Amino acid sequence: MSRHTLWSLLSLVLVAAMLLSACAPPTPAPAATPTPAAPPPAEKKLEIFSWWTTGGEAAGLLRLFEMYNQKFPDVEIINATVAGGAGFEAKPALKARMLGGDPPDSFQVHMGRELIDTWVTTGYMEPLDDLFKEEGWEKVFPPGVLEIISYNGSYWSVPVNIHRANVLWYNKKVFEANGWKPPATFDEFFTLAEAMKAKGITPLALGDVGIWASTHLFEVILAGTLGAEKYNGLWTGQTDWNGPEVKQALETMAKMLEYANPDHSALSWDQANDLVIQGKAGMTIMGDWVDADNLAKGFADSGWAPPPGTQGIFVALSDTFGLPKKAPHPEQVREWLRLVGSKAGQEAFNPVKGSICARNDCDPKLFGPYLQSAIQDWAKDAIVPSLAHGAAASESWVTLINDVMTVFVTDRDVAKAQAGLAQACKDAGVCK
Amino acid sequence: MRHLSWDRIISIVVILPSVLAIGVFVYGFIAWSGWVSLSNWDGLRPDLSWAGFGNYARLFATPRFQIDIRNTIVFTISFLAACIVLGLGLAILLDQGVRGENVFRSLFLFPMAISFIVTGVTWRWLLAPGDPATGRLTGVNVLLNGLNLPLSQWYTDPTVLYIRPTGEFGQFLVRIGLGFLATPNFGIPVAMFSIVIAATWQMSGYVMAMYLAGLRGIPEELREAARVDGADEWQVYRHIVLPLLRPITLSVVIILGHISLKIFDLVAAMSKKGPGFATDVPAYFMFETTFQGDHYAQGASIAIFLLLSVSLLVIPYLIYSTRREAEL
Repeated sequence: MSRHTLWSLLSLVLVAAMLLSACAPPTPAPAATPTPAAPPPAEKKLEIFSWWTTGGEAAGLLRLFEMYNQKFPDVEIINATVAGGAGFEAKPALKARMLGGDPPDSFQVHMGRELIDTWVTTGYMEPLDDLFKEEGWEKVFPPGVLEIISYNGSYWSVPVNIHRANVLWYNKKVFEANGWKPPATFDEFFTLAEAMKAKGITPLALGDVGIWASTHLFEVILAGTLGAEKYNGLWTGQTDWNGPEVKQALETMAKMLEYANPDHSALSWDQANDLVIQGKAGMTIMGDWVDADNLAKGFADSGWAPPPGTQGIFVALSDTFGLPKKAPHPEQVREWLRLVGSKAGQEAFNPVKGSICARNDCDPKLFGPYLQSAIQDWAKDAIVPSLAHGAAASESWVTLINDVMTVFVTDRDVAKAQAGLAQACKDAGVCK
Repeated sequence: MRHLSWDRIISIVVILPSVLAIGVFVYGFIAWSGWVSLSNWDGLRPDLSWAGFGNYARLFATPRFQIDIRNTIVFTISFLAACIVLGLGLAILLDQGVRGENVFRSLFLFPMAISFIVTGVTWRWLLAPGDPATGRLTGVNVLLNGLNLPLSQWYTDPTVLYIRPTGEFGQFLVRIGLGFLATPNFGIPVAMFSIVIAATWQMSGYVMAMYLAGLRGIPEELREAARVDGADEWQVYRHIVLPLLRPITLSVVIILGHISLKIFDLVAAMSKKGPGFATDVPAYFMFETTFQGDHYAQGASIAIFLLLSVSLLVIPYLIYSTRREAEL
């Protein structure tokens, strides 16, 4: 082939390629106009996407599947899971499917900004108002939860559980042997930490592989330093990220990190909890999925308390399920959502998963001692959204904060971190 | 255009599908990424309005990206150096006519057959630092402990070695206006060497194979002639063998260089971004910012940056080799 032919062929191909690539991906319809549900297909299937792959969470999910199949034996359930704590591996996989026009029938998503900003404002979800009316859910879910799952006057997902992020876990035996008490203030925390260090015990166990556990620790310190109201203001732009309280929170965190295990960036949260179980570390600040981990590992001497400054504050996160537009089997999904939101469904799922019901009418006797105390706190505490788990801020904002935290946990430069946090709030479009 | 013979038509028809597929799936998508990188697409909803080069300006101002460039440079240089030294050394040793050469050759080559993900997971376990304070050790640190050698924190080490601005040399740099060199952004992240160890373990066998082929291509007469002229064994290598291996070294640099600039899977499996981004690389940043942060335009600009940096390496090589082919 002559050079000329080759080049004209190549340029033809390039032009064709550019034309093809110019066909932008289908823009989803705005959220306000729901498309009518597709006619039910002949095959009855239900694909549920989640990152529940281990221990209690996987067992809880399977119990829900069993209950579903008892009612609808002819539906084949596809359990689509992607492993990884806090869903940091699963979420990119989900996005690829959603953007590619191949959504699962229903997927696990954190209640709050993660659901709203990622999927609702962009028009990928169906509103569920009719389900909420038919099932009378407006009466059984607490008003605080209903507010977090609604947008534009509609409900967009069904919460299945509630987790608490602000829990300080400790080893009762170690504490009793030394006459220690869980610290109620940051001053008490640091006094206790010194005492632990003197005994050769790592005061704070931290496992922040993937960094979210550090962001988690920071949100708990923020709530403990700012109090519920000002903490909530951080996510609406009413509390100043450049203010003295945020600075104080960062300083507290920097000091706390000095008492943490040096290999924290190589461990996961459950490996950090192992240090507490073995008595090598004194405390760990982590969400209440630690309770399920302790039960699974047969550790009965676990003690818990609100971390310093967060008495009367419940930093909450919740797993919810919704109905994506273009879900292949919407009828089956509606039945799934009915089950997930029902009293029977939540009572079957939550004691195994190690969380409390999002409904307020579950029987507390079904739950273990920690969860019973959480149910009591849930009823009376101020409820604030978790940052690290998608309730308080959009995912793009959380990613920016994670980046700030990644540098902060190593250089502990308070001024730089505070400037980074303020910039992140601006980049997220919340602060001016 | 000359006349189209039947043969020519057939040959065009035969290559057309692959040309089309490559045109769309490689060049089309490169063009698409380039376009996205110049757009305002932030968030899940595509927004292809024109943003100019703002994404690139912002990218280079991002502290994380500056750290990534530092890491890539440190990784590329040490990975290439380690692979070349080790690969060449092994090749020369094997070239001495050892017994069971086939066995050794295969042994050294085998790691290359493994995916970077497997290598990454394995080395993550081997180099897990444990906690020396409580004596909870694993992997290589057990070995070091047994030999009474100092333990390493490996890929969890946040240390960055850099010229302190307070030191004598640092003050000198500040005085002559090169103070920016005395910052962590021009330092060496210690954790990166754990990644280098894993990558070298995997790729040095391949480099050895290339050098071995090169060594076998050097006629024995040349060495003999040098020896007859009175050269000792060291001089034979220094003046005859190594210069003749230069084209091999160039190929090695190109092949390993583009692997190291684009490295993602090994880092993702082994340490992810690491403490204080000590092991973060542009490809991993691109993955996180695009698929976790939904900053699509920003992610696309990282992709284009990677493409350009790889082409800086590959295009001169292509020109060089086509010229050589034309000469031959």
